[in-house]
Amino acid sequence: MEIEGKVWRYGDNIDTDVIIPARYLNSFDPQELASHCMVDIDETFAQTVQAGDIMVGGKNFGCGSSREHAPIAIKASGVPVIIAANFARIFYRNGINIGLPLLEIGDAVDKIKAGDKLRVNIATGTIENLSTGDVFHSQPLPGFIQDIAKAGGLINYIKEQK
Amino acid sequence: MGMNMTEKILAKHAGLDSVVPGQLINCKLDMVLANDITAPPSIKEFEKIGKPVFDNTKIALVPDHFTPNKDIKTADLAKAVRTFAKEHKIVNYFEVGRMGIEHVILPEKGLVAPGMLTIGADSHTCTYGALGGFSTGVGTTDLGVALATGEAWFKVPETIQVKLTGSRPNGINGKDVILTLIGKIGVDGARYQALEFTGEGLSSLSMADRFTIANMAIEAGGKNGIFPVDEKTREYIKDRVTKPYEIVVSDADAQYVRTVEINLSKLKPVVAFPHLPGNTKQVADIGEIKIDQVVIGSCTNGRLEDLKNAADILKGHQVHQDVRCIVIPGSQQVYLDAMKLGYIETFINAGAAVSTPTCGPCMGGHMGILAAGERCVSTTNRNFRGRMGHVDSEVYLAGPHVAAASAILGRIATPEEVQ
Repeated sequence: MEIEGKVWRYGDNIDTDVIIPARYLNSFDPQELASHCMVDIDETFAQTVQAGDIMVGGKNFGCGSSREHAPIAIKASGVPVIIAANFARIFYRNGINIGLPLLEIGDAVDKIKAGDKLRVNIATGTIENLSTGDVFHSQPLPGFIQDIAKAGGLINYIKEQK
Repeated sequence: MGMNMTEKILAKHAGLDSVVPGQLINCKLDMVLANDITAPPSIKEFEKIGKPVFDNTKIALVPDHFTPNKDIKTADLAKAVRTFAKEHKIVNYFEVGRMGIEHVILPEKGLVAPGMLTIGADSHTCTYGALGGFSTGVGTTDLGVALATGEAWFKVPETIQVKLTGSRPNGINGKDVILTLIGKIGVDGARYQALEFTGEGLSSLSMADRFTIANMAIEAGGKNGIFPVDEKTREYIKDRVTKPYEIVVSDADAQYVRTVEINLSKLKPVVAFPHLPGNTKQVADIGEIKIDQVVIGSCTNGRLEDLKNAADILKGHQVHQDVRCIVIPGSQQVYLDAMKLGYIETFINAGAAVSTPTCGPCMGGHMGILAAGERCVSTTNRNFRGRMGHVDSEVYLAGPHVAAASAILGRIATPEEVQ
């Protein structure tokens, strides 16, 4: 699957409280969560994000609480993939489980700026920065994790196994 | 090659003789936990699978975050949990009035024990490592699947050995230990790794200290934090755990990715500045920082010993006129014991508000939300931007000693400054 989109760029240690503050956790409706996504650090995101835009963060993206509401809010905003130097453990797992691809590219992430246009091949992990000409490769997912991703998330994967 | 505690527990629950870091395994679970925020979406995922619950005695549901409910939407969430618990005859469902904060009440009721494998849809599920088990936080899809299958997949983590030397002085507590550690290794210093606490210093740490330390393993990015079982652990579980359990010990030649050493004897009272739990500074070095609120409680520091530490300092003093001090016992049992021992009277006489158990203000739920520009010293676990209220408020993390001293003086302070 190839995706082309514009970059929303955030820094290191983006925590789940800023992705979706707990005051909005009185709902788990994806669209409602999306309407508050990133609000505490970027009020423009939820208002102006376009389907297909790509979120890019630094180190330890998604640290903090286990709330799956966080990757759900990002996915429901229309973001098809998140790229970061690396991800916090529970967030990474949650992304895989809901069928939101997460690509880790280490320090190469410094070469992606806000507003850049990227072309991302999820299957191969190849990322082209169409604005600068840079090409990056993320580590491919382990086989069993790829199976979960291909099934569209853990629930479908479990149902297929029945 | 030898294995450490984390590897042994994971191997056993995967039905394997041994495992190595990086290996992907499928494990059987001993306990599965969710709360009023995470259970409703987990139940939705569970229902998609179309199976009954795997074991109604191995599931704990604790509505603790927004309870007693603050509004209609959160009342609906709690109702969904209650209905599910009734329908599936969940034995360990804890209703308001008979409940506690999840990570206080599960150990207290003997539902977690040495050698057990627990997952919870709450990141602070890592707390139970204090008892020598493996426990970790997961999201709601993992939890929904676990409700049906009693299983979860794991990547075996590398383990960092945290060697504790010396002995914890009086006036220092588990919070000073873990904030010092996170300050040293950073909020991603143990990302995707286990933290195993070892060394001669362990014997000076109380169970409350250990729960606080294991609780915040996640704030260093850790998958779990784990303590060996000793006399203090045995004493704690003796009248609580009724099920059989297995004490797991790391092999002498167990592998660690690195070792971090902390000399407990040299620790000073510390505080973590906004907006990361790793912004640790010694209280003696920070100058005057005025505060508006103090919160004493939470899954990190809501146990009887934490309340004792705070009450001993507050006794005979008044909360500063410009400060609201909110004390939240971690469970009904903690509340009752604190009442019998006179701590609650001390808090109320000092001018503090005392609440029924709830996570409440910790994640900005209710019971003490901050306005723009306000500062709070809190014994909770996270000080992310906007965590306790307005995006322009500030949370300073500390242990109960510093929190109580700060409540009296109206600024961040050590107990020595209160006289």
